Amino acid sequence: MSPPDRSFSENVRVAVADPQLRRAMHHVKEGFIGKRAKAAARLPEFETLRDAARDIKDHTLAHLDLYLERYEAEVTGRGGHVHWCAGPAEARAAILDICRQAGARTVTKGKSMIGEEIDINAHLEAAGMMPVETDLGEYIVQMRHERPSHIIAPAVHLTKDLIEADFRAQHRQFPADRSLSEVPELVDEARQVLRQRFLDADVGITGANFLVAETGSSIIVTNEGNGDLTQILPRVHIVIASLEKMVPTLEDAATILRVLARSATGQEFSTYTTVSTGPKRPDDVDGPEVYHVILLDNGRSDLLDGPFREILRCIRCGACINHCPVYHAIGGHAYGSVYPGPIGAVLTPALEGIEAAADLPEASTFCGRCEAVCPMRIPLPKLLRHWRERAFERRVTPKTVRAGIGVWAFFAQRPALYGFATGLAARLLGMLGGRRGRIARLPLAGGWTRFRDLPAPEGQTFRSQWATRGAARKGQRS
Amino acid sequence: MTEAPIRVGLFVTCLVDLFRPSVGFAAVKLLEDAGCQVHAPAAQTCCGQPAYNSGDRADAKAIAAAVIDVFEGFDYVVAPSGSCAGMLREHYPLLFAGDAGMEARARALAARTYELISFLTDVRGLSAVDATFPGRVTYHDGCSGLRELGIRAQPRALLASVAGLELAELPDSEACCGFGGTFCVKYPDISNAMVGAKAACVAETGAETLLAGDLGCLLNMAGKLKRDGVNVRVRHVAEVLAGMTGQPAIGDGEPG
Repeated sequence: MSPPDRSFSENVRVAVADPQLRRAMHHVKEGFIGKRAKAAARLPEFETLRDAARDIKDHTLAHLDLYLERYEAEVTGRGGHVHWCAGPAEARAAILDICRQAGARTVTKGKSMIGEEIDINAHLEAAGMMPVETDLGEYIVQMRHERPSHIIAPAVHLTKDLIEADFRAQHRQFPADRSLSEVPELVDEARQVLRQRFLDADVGITGANFLVAETGSSIIVTNEGNGDLTQILPRVHIVIASLEKMVPTLEDAATILRVLARSATGQEFSTYTTVSTGPKRPDDVDGPEVYHVILLDNGRSDLLDGPFREILRCIRCGACINHCPVYHAIGGHAYGSVYPGPIGAVLTPALEGIEAAADLPEASTFCGRCEAVCPMRIPLPKLLRHWRERAFERRVTPKTVRAGIGVWAFFAQRPALYGFATGLAARLLGMLGGRRGRIARLPLAGGWTRFRDLPAPEGQTFRSQWATRGAARKGQRS
Repeated sequence: MTEAPIRVGLFVTCLVDLFRPSVGFAAVKLLEDAGCQVHAPAAQTCCGQPAYNSGDRADAKAIAAAVIDVFEGFDYVVAPSGSCAGMLREHYPLLFAGDAGMEARARALAARTYELISFLTDVRGLSAVDATFPGRVTYHDGCSGLRELGIRAQPRALLASVAGLELAELPDSEACCGFGGTFCVKYPDISNAMVGAKAACVAETGAETLLAGDLGCLLNMAGKLKRDGVNVRVRHVAEVLAGMTGQPAIGDGEPG
C-alpha cells in the first residue's frame, strides 16, 4: 500500500475531475442523509438521547484513568491480556508477537480504523502472514490495494461496475460467464471466498465500538456478521481499540448504541451487535482460547487536556462525513489521511502534527452541518477553527495568507482609511463591470474568477451614500 | 406622551457596503417601516470573520472590540446577514472568554444583535410586508443563519405576503453554497463543485429569481450562474421585501 499522499490541493484537483467518483459521491448524498433524517425523526427522544450520549462520554473522559484501570482488571480477571501501547509501533509489535506465538499464517480481520491507523496489514504481510479483511467493503479495498475512503463504508468511492470487474479479475476460480451485475451476487461470491478464510484463520483481529469498564467487554457492530466469525472461530482473538472507546457500563453502551446506527446508516440498530468478554470459559460452546486487547493511545491522552478534548467523544458513526459538502466534492482519499471528512480534519493534525496536516482544517466553509448531525454533539467547526489558530500561531499558515489578512486587518481597524479604500475599490470595480454588471477576469482574483464571474459593485459604498443622505436630511431639517 | 423610538444600529456588513449598498437601503426601509430609528455608524467596517476564520485571533479580537465600542449604545444591532449577525451573537462572547469585562460587553451586545429578517418577525412582530414581486422565486438558506441562528421560517413567512410571488423550495436546501468567506478563493475547485451542485438545484426549481439573506452566498451563486449562462436573477431577500427591486439584479447589467 502506498503511504497517504500529502499534497491535498493536488488530490483535490484530481478528485473533482473524476466523473466516476462524482457518481459514487452522489450515492452518499442520496443514501445516508435521507435515511439518517428519517431515523432521527422516527424517534421522539432522539435529541434527548444525543444529550445523554454526550454526557456519558464527557463523564467517562473526566475519569478515564479510573475506567481504564477497572477495564484492565476485568479483562485480566477473566483470563484476557491487556497491552498498553503508546503508539503504532508498540501496537504493531504486540500484535506481531501474539501472532508469531500462535504460529499464525492466516489472520482474519473485522473492520477497524485502528488497524488503518497502525497500518497493521502491511506489517503482517511483511512478517509472512496473510491478513484477510472480512468486511465486504474492506475486502474490496484490500483487493484493490487501496485504503478505505470512509470510516463506515470503506468502498463507498467505488461503483458496482468497478467492483464487478475486480471480482472477475481476482476470483478466477468461478466460471467466467457467471452473472455478477447485482449486489446480492457480489455479496454471495465474496461470502464463498471468505468462508474458507474464516475457517483457516489462526488469529482474528477486530476493532471495538465500545470497551465496557464494568465487565471488561468489547462491543462491535456490523451488518454482515463477519465480526462474529472473525472473533469466534480462530484460537486467538485480538481486540484493537483506542483509549476513548471506553464507557462505564453496558447500559451506557446501550444508550449510545441507540444513536450510533441511526446517525450512521439510518438503521435503528445494526444487524449484529456483538459483545465479547474474555476467552472461552469451560462451559462455553465456542470462542477463542486466547483473548488479547491492544489499547492504543497514539495521541489521545494529549488531547484529553486541552481544547480538542471533545473530539474524544467521537463514536465513528460517519454522520459528519456523510453530511459534509467538502467530502461530497472530493471523496475520502483526497484527504490523504486515515480519517476523512470533518472528523479527520480535526483528528489528523492531532495524530500527525498541524505542520503536516494544516490544509485539512482549512478545507471547510464552517457550514456547520457536521455539528448539526453529530450524535455526540461535537462542535467540529469550533475544533477546526482551533487548529487554524494553532497553525496561525505557529506560522504554519502560508505567508501570502498571513500577509493578506494582515493588510486587510490594518484597514479594517482604521474606518476612515477603510472607507477611502473601499470607496476607490467600489468605483474601480464598478467601472470594470461596466454595462454587463460583472467581471470575468481580474488580476489576483483567479481563485474567484476561474469558475465564477465577479458581480460588480454598484459604484458607491453604502457608507458614502449614507453620509450624503445624512447631510441632505440635516439640510432639509434646518 | 410618545414612546421613545427604538434605536437600531445597522451593521451594514463589509460586502453590502462595498458591493451592494441597495441592500443596506432596503434594510433601512424595512426597519423604518417597522417603527425603528435607524443609525448606520460611520466607524463600522467588518465583523472580523476573515481574521477569525483564518486563525488570526488577535486581529479578530481587535476588530470585535471596535464593533462593540461603536454599537453597544443602541437598543438593537441589526445586520442584513446571518453570517455577520451570527459572528456578533455566537462568536464575540467566545472571543473574549476569560476577559470578564470584555466578555460581559460582548454578551450584552450579542443578546441585542439580530439578523434583519428574524429581527423584523421575531422582535418587531412583523407578519406581512407591503410589496409586489410577480414570479417564481426560490430561497437559499445561508448556513450561519440556518444553523447558528435558527432562521428558516422567518423569510418564508414574509415572502408569502409578497403579492404575486410564488416560492419554489430549493432541493437539498440545507447544503452549503460553497462560499465560506476566504474558503472560496483558497479552495476554488471544491467551492466550484459545491456551487455547481447548488446551481443545479436552483435550475431544478424553475425559478426566475434566487433569493438569500447573505450577500456572500449571493455573490458566489450569482457569479456561478452568470458564468454558466443560466438565466436566473439573483437578489437579496431584503430588496424584494422592501419593494426596492428597481436596480439590476446581482451580477446583471443595465437592461438593453
